[in-house]
Amino acid sequence: MDLSLQIAQLTLANPLIAASGCFGYGVEYSDVVDLASLGGVAVKGLFLTEREGHAPPRIVETPSGMLNAIGLQGIGVHRFIAERLPELRERRATVIVNICGTTLDEYVEVARILSDAEGVAALELNISCPNIKEGGITFGCSLPGTHAVVSAVRKVTRLPVIPKLTPNVTDVASFARAAEEAGADAISLVNTFLAMAIDVDTHRPKLTNIVGGLSGPAIRPIAVRMVYECRRVVKIPIIGMGGIATSDDVLEFMIAGANAVQVGTMNFVDPFIWTKLMEGIRCYMERHGLTRLQEIVGTVDTTAGQKAWISS
Amino acid sequence: MMLVDIDAAVIANRRLSDDYNVLAFDAAAIARSARPGQFVMIKTSRGLDPLLRRPFSIFEILRNNSGAATGVSIFNKHVGAGTSLLAEAEPGARLLILGPLGRPFEPVDPPAEAWMVAGGVGLAPFVTLAEALAARGTRTTLFYGARRGEDLYCIELFESLGVGIVLATEDGTRGVHGRVTVPLESALRQRTLGEPVKLYVCGPTPMMRACAGLSLTYGRACDVSLEQVMGCGLGGCYSCVVPARSDTGGPPHHTRTCIDGPVFEAQRVAWDAMTSH
Ligand SMILES: Cc1cc2nc3c(=O)[nH]c(=O)nc-3n(C[C@H](O)[C@H](O)[C@H](O)COP(=O)(O)O)c2cc1C
Repeated sequence: MDLSLQIAQLTLANPLIAASGCFGYGVEYSDVVDLASLGGVAVKGLFLTEREGHAPPRIVETPSGMLNAIGLQGIGVHRFIAERLPELRERRATVIVNICGTTLDEYVEVARILSDAEGVAALELNISCPNIKEGGITFGCSLPGTHAVVSAVRKVTRLPVIPKLTPNVTDVASFARAAEEAGADAISLVNTFLAMAIDVDTHRPKLTNIVGGLSGPAIRPIAVRMVYECRRVVKIPIIGMGGIATSDDVLEFMIAGANAVQVGTMNFVDPFIWTKLMEGIRCYMERHGLTRLQEIVGTVDTTAGQKAWISS
Repeated sequence: MMLVDIDAAVIANRRLSDDYNVLAFDAAAIARSARPGQFVMIKTSRGLDPLLRRPFSIFEILRNNSGAATGVSIFNKHVGAGTSLLAEAEPGARLLILGPLGRPFEPVDPPAEAWMVAGGVGLAPFVTLAEALAARGTRTTLFYGARRGEDLYCIELFESLGVGIVLATEDGTRGVHGRVTVPLESALRQRTLGEPVKLYVCGPTPMMRACAGLSLTYGRACDVSLEQVMGCGLGGCYSCVVPARSDTGGPPHHTRTCIDGPVFEAQRVAWDAMTSH
């Protein structure tokens, strides 16, 4: 059975990637999961320097999901390279670094520094965090902004460049196309949906940051639809995510058009989820006589409903 | 770290009041490796609602007749949807329980004495600590405060371990009239510095902050066990942060309670910057 896939020159052993911000820097999980067995590990978003993030409470639970406003707390790219990357390398993890910036120059600088570090497999450009006012999302919510940041990073690195798209736009497919035109090697989507929860007794928002990003199974059908829309307009690989909890969810994203997936929130609920997902995928392949998992990518049959209606 | 996720059977649900119950699980693998003050993450439903696990201090280590650890219990205060489900759990039900997690208490040895200071649900981590202290022969006192006398629970558990008990209630219905810091401060005042005492504190943030202040005034070592909203318990999400200095000092940084705590040296915590909720 072949579960592998290709993103530019990079081969991922399988399509299961730990989602950024939901897996620490990866090293936190090295006793729980064999990091080398994952298709990739997307580490917590990194700026050039350290950041404290928002004041707690930073999360609140909602039906089948959660809101977060962590505010991209992080140790910065230099400490990451010195203090975390060596262990990730030792554990043979395929490291995807999620990079952030408040300016275009910061994205470029962080990308340049990581390109010189040994043990980084790819760069995921976080232009989609809903919890940071300056930079980031402003690139992700404008087509010229997306094009500009992707092409600027493209120029300074040979690593695969994977912009991560926000769902908080009217037409996500147009952003996928802008990213591809600017030289992206793949796209990942979705980041979280901007959302809010209020305590009715105190009239206060439940998050200190007032608003936060919705993730978890609650968002999955919307994320699947967005992957489907993007698949129709780009040729580059798509990394899909949003509420994946079971191997059927992984397969649903792939059939909609994703070449790989990330799992975030459900890793909080079950840190041992990875072997269960892998098992489920293998069973499915066996059941359907599949030898290469990539064969199912984008195979959603949208004519089926039509046919049934005509023949009845 | 011997972290396991057990699909554990509930073996008993002792209802203490409308607000509290003690829920016991068949979970030997966690019970065997747990250290005092550590916690578990419990999935309160089988489905997606509530979605996230909830953190609970390990309240008791359950043992069979030959003394082997067979399970753990939690001290559950009913505050929301998840804890209410745990209030109603019946023996035989199965729930996922992940642990043991977190930085444990370090029990002191004689001749030092241990003073445990608990407020409300903050009683939870002290049974396991009291057992560890008793095993070392360390003299131990529990200062335990609540709003009303009827909100004080499980005192007999501590008495059976030889722990001295000092109670305080805000309405004066049991023990000293006032906050638990009132008898704590008078005890601290009566001690000469030659008699070493270490404080272990768990309770509402203002109470822990007050105890941290007292420990500084009276020159005593003090550890606090912090309770925060947690997403994962493993350091993955950065939700449970508190402003704390590193072991070597310096300015405070947002520090994860799940893996750097829940037990912190009290002076490491930047109490001024703590948000209590
Ligand atoms: C607590 C938390 C922190 C996150 N931090 C980041 C981050 O640093 N960078 C990023 O690109 N996405 C971040 N995300 C978004 C996730 O990577 C993912 O896109 C989103 O949660 C949807 O997937 P899920 O439903 O499987 O969690 C975060 C999500 C959560 C819940």
